[in-house]
This record gives sequence, C-alpha cells and structure tokens, in this order.
Amino acid sequence: MTRTLWLGLLLVALIAAPLAIYPVLLMSILCFVIFASSFNLLLGYAGLLCFGHAMFFGTAAYVAGYLLKTYGVSVEVALIAGTLLSAAMGYVVGIISVRRSGIQFAMITLAISQFVYFLLLQAEFTGGEDGMQRIPRSTLFGIFDVSDHMAFYYVTLTVAVLAVAFFYRVVHSPFGEILRAIRDNEPRVESLGFRPERYKILAMTLSAGLAGLAGALKAMVFQFATLTDVSWPISAEVILMTLLGGLGTLTGPMLGAGIVILMNDELAQFGEWALIAQGVILLLVIIFFRRGVVGELSALWRRLRPSPDQNQDRG
Amino acid sequence: MFDGISTQLLFGQVLIGLINGSFYAMLSLGLAIIFGLMSVVNFAHGAQYMLGAFIAWGLLNYLGVPYWGALFIAPVVVGAFGLVMERLILRPIQNLDHLYSLLATFAAVLIIEGLVRQEFGSTGLPYNSPLPGGVNLGFMFMPWYRLWVVVFSIVVCFGTYILIEHTKLGAYLRAANERPEIVESFGINVPRMISLTYAFGVGLAGLGGVLAAPIYQVSPSMGSNLMIVIFAVVVIGGMGSILGAILTGYLIGIVEGLTKVFYPEAANLVIFVIMIFALILRPNGLFSGKEGYK
Repeated sequence: MTRTLWLGLLLVALIAAPLAIYPVLLMSILCFVIFASSFNLLLGYAGLLCFGHAMFFGTAAYVAGYLLKTYGVSVEVALIAGTLLSAAMGYVVGIISVRRSGIQFAMITLAISQFVYFLLLQAEFTGGEDGMQRIPRSTLFGIFDVSDHMAFYYVTLTVAVLAVAFFYRVVHSPFGEILRAIRDNEPRVESLGFRPERYKILAMTLSAGLAGLAGALKAMVFQFATLTDVSWPISAEVILMTLLGGLGTLTGPMLGAGIVILMNDELAQFGEWALIAQGVILLLVIIFFRRGVVGELSALWRRLRPSPDQNQDRG
Repeated sequence: MFDGISTQLLFGQVLIGLINGSFYAMLSLGLAIIFGLMSVVNFAHGAQYMLGAFIAWGLLNYLGVPYWGALFIAPVVVGAFGLVMERLILRPIQNLDHLYSLLATFAAVLIIEGLVRQEFGSTGLPYNSPLPGGVNLGFMFMPWYRLWVVVFSIVVCFGTYILIEHTKLGAYLRAANERPEIVESFGINVPRMISLTYAFGVGLAGLGGVLAAPIYQVSPSMGSNLMIVIFAVVVIGGMGSILGAILTGYLIGIVEGLTKVFYPEAANLVIFVIMIFALILRPNGLFSGKEGYK
C-alpha cells in the first residue's frame, strides 16, 4: 500500500518537474534511465558485462534521426524502428559473443562496438565526423504536435514509464528468474535442462532493444546524433551509472543515471575533470561500495530496522 | 591483380603493418602474461603504454635524457607505477569476480588519461627519431628507426616467451596460477611474485610506449584506441596463450597493412571482422591448446 503511494507521489513529482527544472536536462536523465535499466538487465540480472552498450544506443539514434529527417515519419515510428533495429543487432552480437563467457564477453562486445563505430564513421547517411544535425521532432501518431520542449517532455516521460514497466515485468518473470540462476550458477542451470546460451542471447536482444529505445529517444530530445553516442565513453558512462546506483537493484541504476547526468552537467565547465571524477567514483564504488547507493542504503535500512525477513539478503 | 599497385606502396604498407604488429604483439604479450598469472584483464595496459611514451617525452624535454636512456628508465618507472596500482586497486579486490578487476583498471584509465590530458592537452607532441635516415633497399626505402623497432620488438617478445615457457622462473609463474597454495608451500612468496609479474607486464607496455614515441604522436588517447584492437588480438589468439598473443599480433598487423593496399576502406574494420570469424570458426582461439583455460 505504501509502495503504491510512493509511486503515485513520484509520478506526480515527475509530471510537475519541468515547471521547476529545465526540461531538456530532465529528458536527458529519462533517456539514460532507460539506457541504464537495459544495461542492468544484462549485468545485474544475467551477469553479462557488455562493454559496448553504446553501439545499440548510438545506432538507434542514427536510424531514428535518419527516418525523421529523410522520410518525416512520426515520433512513434522512429522510436519503434530504432528499438527493433537495435534488438536485431543485439541478437546478432549475442550469437557471436556468448561463445565466450565472463571477462572475454566484455572484451568481445567492446571490440564489436568499435567495429560498429568505424562502420558508422564511414557510412554516408551518418554525416561522418560532423554527425547528424537538426533532427526534426515530427508529430506524434501523425496528429499531435510535440515539437516544443514541454510537450516532448511528456512523450519522453510516457516512454520512460512504459520502458521501466517492461523492464520490471522482464526481471520478475520466470525468464528473469532463469537469468539470475545463470548468473549465480550456470552449470547448475544447464544440468536442469535449460540452455543458458539461448537465455543469454534473448537477454542481449531485450537489453539491446531497450538501449535502442533510449538512443532513438535521445536523438529526438537533443535533435542530433553524433559519433559520441556510439563511442566507448558512453558505454563507460552506463557502467558507472549502474554500479554507482546499485548493480542488480531495480531502482539503483535509474538513480545512478540521474546522479551521473547531473554531475556531468555540473562539471561540464571544468573540462577533463568530469572524466577524472567519473574514474575516481567508479574506483571507489568498486573497492568500497560494491552494492551501490541503493544497495548500501537498503542494507543500512535492514540493519537499523530488523524485520522478520532480515535473513533474506538478496532484494 | 597488381595493376596500379606499385611494389613501393605494397612493401611500404607491409612495413607499416609490421610496425603496428610489433606494438600489437608487445602489448598483447604483456596482457597475456598478466592474465595468465592473475586472471586480470588489465584494461589500463593502453594507458600505461601512453605513460611510457609521455615519460620518454618528459625525460627528453625536461631532463635532456635521450631516447636510449628513456628506453631503460621509462619501463622501470611505468613498472613501478604498476606496482603501486596493483597494491592499491587490484589487491583489495583480488578474490572477487574478475569483472571487477577489469572495471577497476578501466576506472584507472579514465583517471590517468584525464590527468594527462588536463596537463598536456589532447594534441599530440612530437618526438624526434633517434635514428634519422634509412637505407634504400631497391624496392623500398627502409628508415633505420623502423627497422630497429621491428627487430627489437621481436627480440623482446621471443625473449619473454622463452623466459616464461622454458625457464624455472616461468614454471613457477605458471604453477602459481594453477595451484598457488602448493607453490607457496615450497617457500615461494606468491603475492610478491604476482606483484612483480604485474609490474613486468606493465613495464612491457611502458617499453612499447617509448618505442612508439618517435613513430606515432605522443598523445593522451594513443593508448585507449590501441587497447580495443589489442583486446581483439587477444581474443583471436586465445586468452592466456603467450605465443598465440605474439604471433597473432604480428599477423594482424600485416593483414591490416595489406588491407590498406587492396581495400583501404576496410582497414579499420578488418581486425574486428577477423575476430568475429575467429569466434565463429574457432571459439576457443586460434592458438589455444588448453580447453577451458580462463
């Protein structure tokens, strides 16, 4: 009951937020909330460290931008196209990279994302080094004009809420249970008659699709798509968001997305220090606070308020 | 088939490929040694290579130490830096999932690269070749310095290979990876051996950086772009295989050079294409004899 109340309050706050805070900043946080959740699905629930997640994000941004610029498709078509294309890409990358597990999976996904980076650098439609500029925000469903920031904020919010609900459904489904089991003990899952590779590939597909949704949305929020969106610093940023917020917790990576975007916004004027700060925070989180903000807080909460189910450590 | 492609261009690109291959081989060798003993994928390898180049540059420009001095000093300094890194960030997490050590060394890249860029800016700094001039081989012009890099890297790579695969020290290293408790019972200080191995691998990266300084621009990002290629090389060769890392390094460099001659558009991509095919056709790596060594 209290949870519904909190969710309701959060929703009201999100609906009222653009009155107080610059909508583009809020929209950028929402895009990264989706992106971080997609990454969390892989690393937090399936134990797969994809070090090139930006390839799905950035490619979808280009595809959505291209469709909007060239064919003037409506907003939802661009979003769906970006999502589907990235999901297909995730499927292919999954097939190639699940052949090696653990740390090599990370190296392979990083290498494939660099491959995608060079492909997009050379492709004509992306505009190469200059990127794709002035992407129009067309109409929603072909009827509603959502070109101003306020209106588009509510489109973004709706998409983000739907994406988070989808993420919640996936991790709380039997499929999500199997992913967690694979993360904790893969040989056991295999001996039970499941084929871990298939589940990993499906997890890659779903996660890439969500990352693509975030990228397509981002292309419309900022109205440009550049090579930065596909580059490894973006992949690194989503790793930081997820670990900082709390790996494998539902809300942690979303909170992490908010913190990192706000931090980048604050530190943007200090040049390299934004990147250095990211490195320092990532290192501190890895060495001292591996549960992340949400994980540490809920552990603290459990310690302060002993409840009957305190022995259940994993939340 | 060779219409329009002069032998000059062909051999020139093969030479460039061999030079690049020398760096791929040296770096993936260091990575393979560290991985073999510690099961750590040292993401900071590229940043440590970059540090080697910057230290050589600094030695020359601030202290007047020439290239040949830097060739000895820089790897030692970078190796010592590796010792500190191992102590501060790798040892506290050595018993956790290896993904954490990958991420921790990656965080170190962000910090090291950021600090260097803050200090020196992103544009490359020039470093004059210590061996100007070259020799005309008839079919192509061979600069002395490039010849030196190729020969020296081959000596270093195969020297290290012999040290690890064919000496008692190397046997200890390999044994410490598989059964540290037994090696310790022989009175060998395994943690110290791990530290020194990490320092050695990192020192190799620093040495690569000094070698690279006169060829490439000395710039903060020279390591991170190379790092991703090195990862692909290591994946192709099979993780933990030292000879595999060396041979794949040279091979990939030459293939990349040839691609520049015959199909320049794909030169950036060819390494990754090879990696994808290698993963599909030889999932355990080209040179991996041992099954499940990870």
